Amino acid sequence: MYTEKVMKHFHNPANMGKIANPDGVGKVGNMACGDMMYMYIKVAKNKQGEDIIKDIKFQTFGCVAAIATSSVITELVKGKPLSDALKVNNTDIMQSLSGLPPIKVHCSVLATEALSDAIYDHYKRNKKPISKELKAKHEDIVRHNKMLEEQYKEYLDTQELE
Amino acid sequence: MKKEQKRYYFDYAATTPVDKRVLKAMKPYFSDNFANPSSIHTPGMDASEAVESSRKIIANYLGATPSEIFFTSSATESNNWALKGIAATAKGDKKKIIISPIEHHCVLNTAKYLKKMGFEIVETPVDKEGIVDVEKLKELVDDKTLLVSIMHSNNEMGTIEPIKEIGKICDDKNVTFHTDAVQSYGKMPLNVNEMNVDLLTASSHKIYGPKGTAILYIRGGTQIEALLHGGGQESDKRSSTLNVPGIVGFRKATEICVKEMKKEWKKQSKLRDKITKYIKEKIPNSHLNGPALGKPRLCNNVNVRFDFIEGESLLMDLDSHGIAVSTSSACSSPKLEASHVLTALGISKGDAHGTIRITIGRFTSEKDVKYFLTTLEKSVTKLRVMSPLNTRNC
Ligand code: FES
Repeated sequence: MYTEKVMKHFHNPANMGKIANPDGVGKVGNMACGDMMYMYIKVAKNKQGEDIIKDIKFQTFGCVAAIATSSVITELVKGKPLSDALKVNNTDIMQSLSGLPPIKVHCSVLATEALSDAIYDHYKRNKKPISKELKAKHEDIVRHNKMLEEQYKEYLDTQELE
Repeated sequence: MKKEQKRYYFDYAATTPVDKRVLKAMKPYFSDNFANPSSIHTPGMDASEAVESSRKIIANYLGATPSEIFFTSSATESNNWALKGIAATAKGDKKKIIISPIEHHCVLNTAKYLKKMGFEIVETPVDKEGIVDVEKLKELVDDKTLLVSIMHSNNEMGTIEPIKEIGKICDDKNVTFHTDAVQSYGKMPLNVNEMNVDLLTASSHKIYGPKGTAILYIRGGTQIEALLHGGGQESDKRSSTLNVPGIVGFRKATEICVKEMKKEWKKQSKLRDKITKYIKEKIPNSHLNGPALGKPRLCNNVNVRFDFIEGESLLMDLDSHGIAVSTSSACSSPKLEASHVLTALGISKGDAHGTIRITIGRFTSEKDVKYFLTTLEKSVTKLRVMSPLNTRNC
């Protein structure tokens, strides 16, 4: 069902975990099956003065495809300028994984959303201009998350307490 | 996939390996005694004799007479036949069919089909352990009721249904009663008269017999239409050349199960409880689905859920350590929905996510269980480390 590459990422995911003081966090949920993905980024400037993703880490509650796509997207964008990172789409992810079963394509979309929302969060924190497109994407995500929060209320509640 | 990986099978409810003794009994019926049991020459008679003696042994186990046992190709066929065959005899406004919401898909989807054909399908509720509410069922059975179909035990949860009580209700009200006994057959005593069932489904491949062979027990005198029309086999009720090796295999598998029933039930329930207790004690934030520890449950079934993680990823992580289990989480289903059984038991969508089913069998050893449990603990921990929901660091 899954390609060897998918299984490799699943068993040994890259950049898994949390970043202590992130410059941006993206938290997204998957409406189709009810999964969650968190993406943390650290931003720095490169020699050309562009903002780049200096470090990135993810946490995922979901299926094999969700975990593998989270892992692969972090590899694809680490070290890249934010503007380039935003261009990574789920076709790129699918290519790096040599494909996903059709029913699992939505999991790779989740990964791109988590990343774009982490970048959105970074822009917002630093009062940087945000493109219309990115903003629209963010609003979609917020809407979805609200619905999911209902589903995982007890878990998220305890998270706030701690 | 690593080829050398030793395999640990914990998915006996899906299917079982063919017992070597069964395979040995089947062997002569492929190339030596290959004749068609419908032929009247000597080899044909020999084949027919093999089928009839098998029918007898299966009937004996069920407390039925041999003429009430009909061989089919699968439990799906038997369940389709039971529902459609009875529906085809419906007269007047007797068009109500009562089922439970936790039936196997082959019953649920046949019922759905019959609904399209104008039948009224009513689901009688189950409690949070999956047990049919007998009182409620009693209220539902009326003179418009054509058929009640309730499974003997549940394939996901291992819940054993109060079939005797349900049979009594149906008998009192003169309603035909079918039970899908696929998961119970061969594991515990089954007597069609004590249970008052008119139709019963069982399948060979769940009891260390070959795939492609099953039965439908039909009580003598029950009005039922044929599903397959043709050369008139099985008293003109189920045409098709009989699958002689399969039937002989089913017979041998039944014989072994009956002989070893007590011993197997004891051995497997002990392992079942060991698994349940270990998980409860060693893995925090884990929950047993279905009947509570100590309550009636199939001897080979454990169904558990783990907070903060998802079933498909747990299944695949275990798989990489050679362990085969099953899951009914939303991510693993073609419609991205949690299983209808979990939903019917009132398990929330979020909770259903980290559910796996562990089913053991004749060839599961203490050692296998030990390896399974330590690996399970590691896999759960590994996935929890990845999960954003796991803020308690379990
Ligand atoms: S995360 Fe649910 S299907 Fe992939």
